[in-house]
Amino acid sequence: MKQFLAFVRKEFYHVFRDKKTLLLLFGLPVAQIVLFGFALTNEIKNSEIVVCDYANDVASHRITDQIEASGNFSIHKCLMSHRDIEAAFKAGNTKLAVIFPLNFNHDLLHLNKAQVQIIADASDPNTATTLTTFATSIIMDYQNELLQGHSLPFRIHTDLRMIYNPSLKGATNFVPGVIALVLLLVCVLMTSVSIVREKELGTMEILLVSPFSPILVVFAKAIPYFFLSLLNLTVILILSVTLLDLPIHGNILLLYAVSALFILTALSLGLLISNSTDSQQSAMLISLMGMLLPTLMFSGFMFPIENMPLPLRIISNIVPSKYYYTIVKSIMIKGLGFSAIWKETLVLAGMTAALLTISIKKFKIRLA
Amino acid sequence: MKEVVIKTDKLTKRFGDFIAANEISFEVYAGEIFGFLGANGAGKTTAMKMLCGLSAPSSGAATIAGFDIYKQTEQIKKRIGYMSQKFSLYEDLTVLENINFFGGIYGLSNRQLRLKREELIETLGMQQEAKQLVGSLPLGWKQKLAFSVAVVHEPKIVFLDEPTGGVDPVTRRQFWDLIYDTSDKGITIFVTTHYMDEAEYCNRISMMVDGVIKALDTPARLKEQFSAASMDEVFFELARGAKRKAD
Repeated sequence: MKQFLAFVRKEFYHVFRDKKTLLLLFGLPVAQIVLFGFALTNEIKNSEIVVCDYANDVASHRITDQIEASGNFSIHKCLMSHRDIEAAFKAGNTKLAVIFPLNFNHDLLHLNKAQVQIIADASDPNTATTLTTFATSIIMDYQNELLQGHSLPFRIHTDLRMIYNPSLKGATNFVPGVIALVLLLVCVLMTSVSIVREKELGTMEILLVSPFSPILVVFAKAIPYFFLSLLNLTVILILSVTLLDLPIHGNILLLYAVSALFILTALSLGLLISNSTDSQQSAMLISLMGMLLPTLMFSGFMFPIENMPLPLRIISNIVPSKYYYTIVKSIMIKGLGFSAIWKETLVLAGMTAALLTISIKKFKIRLA
Repeated sequence: MKEVVIKTDKLTKRFGDFIAANEISFEVYAGEIFGFLGANGAGKTTAMKMLCGLSAPSSGAATIAGFDIYKQTEQIKKRIGYMSQKFSLYEDLTVLENINFFGGIYGLSNRQLRLKREELIETLGMQQEAKQLVGSLPLGWKQKLAFSVAVVHEPKIVFLDEPTGGVDPVTRRQFWDLIYDTSDKGITIFVTTHYMDEAEYCNRISMMVDGVIKALDTPARLKEQFSAASMDEVFFELARGAKRKAD
């Protein structure tokens, strides 16, 4: 045990003396999240709302005035066909269209029920959600205002349409995606490089000649990166809560527990890579090509998996980050508990066990 | 009768068709400085790696400190030290941290470690440099430190693989003083080299040519046997017939 601690201490020295790498590891997620956070706030403030008022009556005027009163948007009033609206979306700044049908006020007062259509450009899902929520709440306010003087309920039915990206994938997906990416980067890349470095420098020979157990070398190396990853996760979570206003809806302990499992998966992958290569460069290349690209492509964080052709969808099933990503989304954004994620957790656990077994079996106790 | 600490019997290592070490048999006695000589590519490092447990022999038998190299590797590891051809300390750790680390993985107690640390810094005269990163030291100092670290756990045998490669003659001389001091403490030294002047410093030497041991005796008797004036001549005489190209 004392030997093991001496080794772990040495690994921490390595990590903390390599200032550049350390900076990269913590700077990268921070930069990504900060950039994303600011890009987001700017866009909503400058967006333009098109109001197509076919009704041109008291109710529609009142609602339009209230949207305008918020001061954040420029309102463009005109009568357009759906095709013109789409052209306006494509032209650029228009992010939302509100359409009042003929006889809006009349329907509302006499039938107690009327419709408004809201169309949003969901190619930027975050903006779309924010804007539609905003428009809907103004309409709801007006509805409540009407209710006060009357005994019969009025109902304005808002017809929401998200065009271009109906399921709104992409925005809240960002944080879970960054988490998966960063954990992979730290664990796979750093572990494999740090083990291969010992081989390259020749210190691995000295370690193998010593009575220190070769398998423990690997575990001792994994420990600093395990803690670094948890720290990184904490930084990302704090930033996403404070800067992006993306609250953690689910159980944070569960989130950490599952993340620890994913870190183990990544560490065993890093170990496997370090076993099959002898130079830091190739370890780095394999980690980047073999881990980061598939994570970007197949975890669903950038490109929706449902829209991929079947072969790619099948491939996506062997990418561990896909499962982790689903888990983080379920816990963080949907606030679901373990009962909703046990399948993914099981898959991750299975992958970890398999990877660890293979890499420990492959680990060379002798060099030749 | 002298105590035998290394004994090999027809130890062989094949890489495919290539026989790196061919049925080598020799004995090394406790406390001696045993020189393992040969040209580049003669199979010295391969033979040494088999003895250290870094490389599995293809056939043959060997014991280190009385333990079998196939079955009792754990006992052997505790009793040997090893200094490889490549410089093998951590450059991003300080002198003291390196000593602590290697002492630590050999399981030295805190008290032993403290004594060793003081003794080592004292012997090497590195009081000023103790807290410097090893990467900032000159090569000669690094080599001396690497050697001291290889014997920090007081092994029975220490294997040195071309320890003086690339250092100047003065530092080499100092390095050998260090080897003699260690030998005086009763530690057996097994050293490979291709500097023939260093061969003269050894108690006994073996000459390896093309994976085979061609000669084994004290430097004086080898010179007599080949009626040569220096070890250089002995080496040329033996290596002339070599078929392998140096790598």
